[in-house]
Amino acid sequence: MMASSYNAKEEDGHHSGSSSHGGPGAMKSKKPDNTAFKQQRLPAWQPILTAGTVLPAFFVIGLIFIPIGIGLFVTSNNIKEFEIDYTGVEVDSPCYNCAKNFSWNSTSSCLCSVNFTLDQPFESNVYMYYGLSNFYQNHRRYVKSRDDSQLNGVESNLRQPSKECEPYRTSEGLPIAPCGAIANSLFNDTLTLYYYPQNGTKLPVPLTKKGIAWWTDKHVKFRNPGGSANLSIAFQGTAKPVNWRNPVYQLDEDPENNGFINEDFIVWMRTAALPTFRKLYRIIQKKPNTTPTLSSGKYVLEITYNYPVLSFDGRKRMILSTISWMGGKNPFLGIAYITVGSICFFLGVVLLIIHHKYDTRSNSAEIPN
Amino acid sequence: MGSVASYFRNLNKKEKKQEEERLLRANDRGFNLSFQYANNAIRTSKYNIFTFLPLNLFEQFRRLANAYFLFLLILQMIPQVSSLSWFTTAVPLVIVLSITAAKDASDDINRHKCDKQVNNREVEVLIDGELKKEKWREVQVGDIIKLENNEFVTADLLLLSSSEPLNLVYVETAELDGETNLKVKQALTVTGEMGDSIEALASFNGEVRCEPPNNCLDKFKGTLTVNGQAYSLDNDKVLLRGCTLRNTEWCFGLVMFGGPDTKLMQNSGKTVFKRTSIDHLMNILVLGIFGFLATMCAILSICNAIWEANEGSAFTVFLPREPGVNSSLSSFLTFWSYVIVLNTVVPISLYVSVEIIRLGNSFFIDWDRKMYYPKNDTPAQARTTTLNEELGQIKYIFSDKTGTLTQNIMTFNKCSINGKAYGELCDFSGQRIEITEKTPRVDFSWNQLADPKFIFHDHSLVETVREGNPEAQAFFRLLALCHTVMPEEKKEGELFYQAQSPDEGALVTAARNFGFVFRSRTPETITIMEMGRKVVYELVAVLDFNNVRKRMSVIVRGPEGKTTLYCKGADTIIYERLHPSCSNLMKVTTDHLNMYAGDGLRTLVLASKDLDESYMKEWRKRHNEASTAMEDREERLEELYEEIEKDMTLLGATAVEDKLQDGVPQTIEQLAKADIKIWVLTGDKQETAENIGYSCNMLREEMNEVFVVAANTAEGVREELRSARRKMCPDAAEEPSVTTARAGLFWLKKTQTVQDEKVDGEYAMLINGHSLAFALEEDLELELLRTACMCQTVICCRVTPLQKAQVVQLVKKYKQAVTLAIGDGANDVSMIKAAHIGVGISGQEGMQAVLSSDFSFAQFRYLQRLLLVHGRWSYLRMCKFLRYFFYKNFTFTFVHFWYAFFCGFSAQTVYDEWFITLYNTVYTSLPVLALSLFDQDVNDRWSFQYPQLYAPGQQNLYFSKKAFLNLTAFSCYSSLVLYFVPWAAIHDTVRDDGKDIADYQSFALFAQTCLLIVVSIQMCLDTYHWTAVNNLFIWGSLAVYFAVTFTMYSNGIFVIIPSAFPFVGTERNTLNLPNVWLTIVLTSLLCILPVVAYRFIVMQIRPTINDKVRHRARKEPPPTPAPRRPVRRVSTRRSGYAFAHSKGYGDLVTSQRFLMKRPVKGRVMLFSHITPAES
Repeated sequence: MMASSYNAKEEDGHHSGSSSHGGPGAMKSKKPDNTAFKQQRLPAWQPILTAGTVLPAFFVIGLIFIPIGIGLFVTSNNIKEFEIDYTGVEVDSPCYNCAKNFSWNSTSSCLCSVNFTLDQPFESNVYMYYGLSNFYQNHRRYVKSRDDSQLNGVESNLRQPSKECEPYRTSEGLPIAPCGAIANSLFNDTLTLYYYPQNGTKLPVPLTKKGIAWWTDKHVKFRNPGGSANLSIAFQGTAKPVNWRNPVYQLDEDPENNGFINEDFIVWMRTAALPTFRKLYRIIQKKPNTTPTLSSGKYVLEITYNYPVLSFDGRKRMILSTISWMGGKNPFLGIAYITVGSICFFLGVVLLIIHHKYDTRSNSAEIPN
Repeated sequence: MGSVASYFRNLNKKEKKQEEERLLRANDRGFNLSFQYANNAIRTSKYNIFTFLPLNLFEQFRRLANAYFLFLLILQMIPQVSSLSWFTTAVPLVIVLSITAAKDASDDINRHKCDKQVNNREVEVLIDGELKKEKWREVQVGDIIKLENNEFVTADLLLLSSSEPLNLVYVETAELDGETNLKVKQALTVTGEMGDSIEALASFNGEVRCEPPNNCLDKFKGTLTVNGQAYSLDNDKVLLRGCTLRNTEWCFGLVMFGGPDTKLMQNSGKTVFKRTSIDHLMNILVLGIFGFLATMCAILSICNAIWEANEGSAFTVFLPREPGVNSSLSSFLTFWSYVIVLNTVVPISLYVSVEIIRLGNSFFIDWDRKMYYPKNDTPAQARTTTLNEELGQIKYIFSDKTGTLTQNIMTFNKCSINGKAYGELCDFSGQRIEITEKTPRVDFSWNQLADPKFIFHDHSLVETVREGNPEAQAFFRLLALCHTVMPEEKKEGELFYQAQSPDEGALVTAARNFGFVFRSRTPETITIMEMGRKVVYELVAVLDFNNVRKRMSVIVRGPEGKTTLYCKGADTIIYERLHPSCSNLMKVTTDHLNMYAGDGLRTLVLASKDLDESYMKEWRKRHNEASTAMEDREERLEELYEEIEKDMTLLGATAVEDKLQDGVPQTIEQLAKADIKIWVLTGDKQETAENIGYSCNMLREEMNEVFVVAANTAEGVREELRSARRKMCPDAAEEPSVTTARAGLFWLKKTQTVQDEKVDGEYAMLINGHSLAFALEEDLELELLRTACMCQTVICCRVTPLQKAQVVQLVKKYKQAVTLAIGDGANDVSMIKAAHIGVGISGQEGMQAVLSSDFSFAQFRYLQRLLLVHGRWSYLRMCKFLRYFFYKNFTFTFVHFWYAFFCGFSAQTVYDEWFITLYNTVYTSLPVLALSLFDQDVNDRWSFQYPQLYAPGQQNLYFSKKAFLNLTAFSCYSSLVLYFVPWAAIHDTVRDDGKDIADYQSFALFAQTCLLIVVSIQMCLDTYHWTAVNNLFIWGSLAVYFAVTFTMYSNGIFVIIPSAFPFVGTERNTLNLPNVWLTIVLTSLLCILPVVAYRFIVMQIRPTINDKVRHRARKEPPPTPAPRRPVRRVSTRRSGYAFAHSKGYGDLVTSQRFLMKRPVKGRVMLFSHITPAES
């Protein structure tokens, strides 16, 4: 091996000798500073992929992922979920007529009811969702068609909604509150649930409508305008969204759930990421006694059918579901974990074989020079 | 728009027509002003305070990338198209523009300072019959100015008069053309007569008519009209700005060209803007990416048209269209919307980051102590900060010889006197001792006139001389007499020699130190101090050196009246002319000569001959006749010389070392191991070049053959090249295999590549300048290239600067390889500019080469550090940077593409707008910057240990079109994972409290967190060298991401501007879910595992040299550099000789011009002691 690198010491030696003749106060030497940074000698950790780290990592990942996956899968499987489509596309569907005869102008609501049977009792809290399909809440023009300042109760925006709300910005010269396409298309079917116990009497299932929105949305993002308790005064001078039957201050009787802070409204305003989505509608609280929240048996879902989806091939569903620590039913994560874990394990084996075949020595083998 | 800038720039030149001839009158400002010639102020700065902003912005927007982002910004202002808020582009653009503007501003401020400093220098100007101090910038054309010794020449002047005899002026032109030797300029007699008489000068009204300003340094044409008499002017009478006055007390000059019109400024014109091959590749890729972007947008807009027709038209119940928008218009708008959304495939920060990385790596070169040369306090300097990674891809090095490989210092090392060799140190057993810095030097203090810088180690020689050994004394007497050196003795005892060639200087200096001091000369005499005794020799004749004679002689008559001929010359030539009685001595001396040649020393043989008085008389007569003959003068003189230079007595031989720079052979060996081909292009003659070739290990004894191409006809050269090629590669095809390809933007550039051919064995080629001229002709250049590229070593000698550039261009043209030219002199400038990378050695020969170079340092050996360490790292870093950068942006962008299929192709973004704004500039910029500034695969010592590590750069392995396609495919995979895994995980599911999670904002946060974590882990995988900074930046960036996200989504900031921060609360409701984190882990693993597995498998099955060294570096301590051992060769070759290759000063020394004498003013001047000759 040929000598090649000139180490710092050697040059330093030269330097001390040569700079001395300049004497004190001579021109400052242009010699670069000897700092680790400037000399690119910063202490560093240099990890490399060795068999010693890669192979165990694959096996360990495999070993960790598979049990987690199994756990996730079992959890997801234990979640009970019941779903019915009440759109009324098929002729024999109970809501067929409602769907067929829908008209924007009708003042009376169309009612229909769907019977269904739960085979298994639903323990603990049950969550009731409405699901929409083929509904592009994530369309760019739809997503931006809102005015967050107005929804936050900013007075100026209430009177002068943002341009983004077009074409639902003003109606007959008055600003629309809440403005925009999202608010305008608020889901307005009413769903009620009845239970038919063995004895045949129809029992309404108590549905809680509070606590379905995010806390931050309810308390930070959405606020009613003005300080006044009377919302009709606060919203004076504004128009209701064109599709709505009632103005925003008549969404609910409860002042804590009315106006912009109506939870159904808030939930709707949180636009979905995908064209098929579900939104929380009501909660069926678990009763303190030992009976299941929803026992198995016959139920009827009564629908006030206001919301037209047939025109764009949309579907409406009602979903009942229990939840777990990992949320709603979704077997994907469990399956994915099991798969990835197995692949890891398998890859580990393959790599081990390769490693054995092409001996490690090849790495440190004599390097041709 | 281009005309706007040129308008600004030419504002002051506008009204002036192209100058065709310059007319000026001395001392007549009014007359001269009417022509509006530029005055002597210079301006190299580009901007002033008012023009900075508009001009700089204009310059910046001329760059395609910036203009593109401006276009995007305008697109985003259109509400129908705008899929992103304007700030997503504006913020990065403003950051980028202001960084560049700040850099430009600081550059320009420096230029302003420099200009100011130069413009404010003072000079004495003759105004109204008085000498007044004026600032340089005030000097006008037609002014007469006075310059004093060691002052810079103010402007291009016509020399009027000087303090020296014959109106001579000595100037150093180092700044102008890089040559340090003094040049002589001479004023016209008519102006010279004025001397320093102020009245005469003030009333001088000569008119100069001359050529317009141009940049030819060695040409000048004009006439001076004084009192109706016209005198022609040439380059000899002109002092150029940039020169320095030397050895001349004062001179007066007439300003002819000022400031921007001077040849110096005309020459410092536009520098060629060099781009690296990665730059070119990047341009092509960016263009390709634009195409790709357009394709993606077209696909999406077509899909949008279909969607709008099928679904969107039905969905109008809830999402009405804007009036007048149908599905085809919507599709058109969508195209532009997607141009905005997907614009991140051509990231704005790419160009800025590339610049920053190169700048940073340039700083590391500037800061490297191992490339700092303490002896003249010169650190390495990256003068161009945009070429670093190219340093890691060099395939051909073109090197100058003198001053680059050698120090251009000749030292008298050894001599053989009367068969005894001196200069060698032996220990008691007769073994040669290595001479080091610590070896005791010979003490010359007994000799007051000795040169203190002279170093000699062999004491025995001094003793021999002082003992009065007649042969030794004759030997040194010869050295003191037989030369054309001019002495200069400014102070008593302080002698300086002006030697035409450094070899001669070395020999005369040696004689000086050994007690034979050459003191002064006149055309007729030479005065030397012989061991303290002054002896004046009468110089009878100088038989000057030329290339055919290869020797020079002097005939002198000593004080005792003895006439002697002293001759020195090449051994072969002298040996033929020795008296037969010397044959024994010749044998011994030949041995010595062989030994010297083996050490790579340049040798001369010395001989003398006593001449008979009567014969001499007769010879002189004939000589006189011959030298005044009108016909065949040369031949007749030649005959006379031939006649007298025979039957000489051998005195001995000298060995002068053309000192190689430190570490040159080792460096060449290292570079050869890195598979870099080194061609030496030198102006020296063949013998010297060959000699240096051997001493720096480029030519080796064990080479199969060294071909010499020296034919004088095109056919001859072709034949020589052909036969050399056939010998090296007998089965190669007659016609070169040329691959024609198209490259460059739009594939407009045609390239031709000559394939490398395999050769068994080692060959070398030497080609002469005149043969090279033929070989560089169009029909022979391929032949030359083929043959030359088969050789291990190519040495071109006697080449002109232009030929140097042509050779470089030839290789550039047909090899498509990266070339580097290294040199130190003005004659190297052309090749330094022609090569991809020019390196200047900031050595003895001035600054010209350095000024036009891209990198400069003091020693050739630093080249290996520049290439093998800095170049390699820079290349590695740049490639890693680009790979990672494209990966992270493609991954980022492709997710939008997939999302388009789920949002009705409406150009809805996946991520939060703030994330899009900050992703490239804040969240991911610093880690990749740290990677590309600090990463090292192995440290510098390992890099030196295994020069083969350099090969990947030459083969473009790390970043090529193929690598680019691979990374595109991989980021496609990553983006699929990054979109569909969160999609599947979030699809139709809910939070653990039953509330929404599949909402747009949660999904955006979810996807962007996954993305950022994945690209961060990818960064970790790519980082080989984890310094504290890397850690800080990687983890810091992640921390900043979470901090910024939490801040932006916090209640406080939402309340301030609700519409700008609509994501309030998303992070609190999303990132606290276990399955979100489980999904993040899953996506990360899915993205990373294939990479790890792939890399591991490759490393196991086909480890690269790089992997091997990294493995070894982990296990073993870094190699310690072995002590440098000098290369000692055994050579049977005999050397060249120590002469310059041009004709000597002989004529000048004996010239009658020096006989005219001017009154001497108080100063001991050159030749001041000349006594008037009898004639």
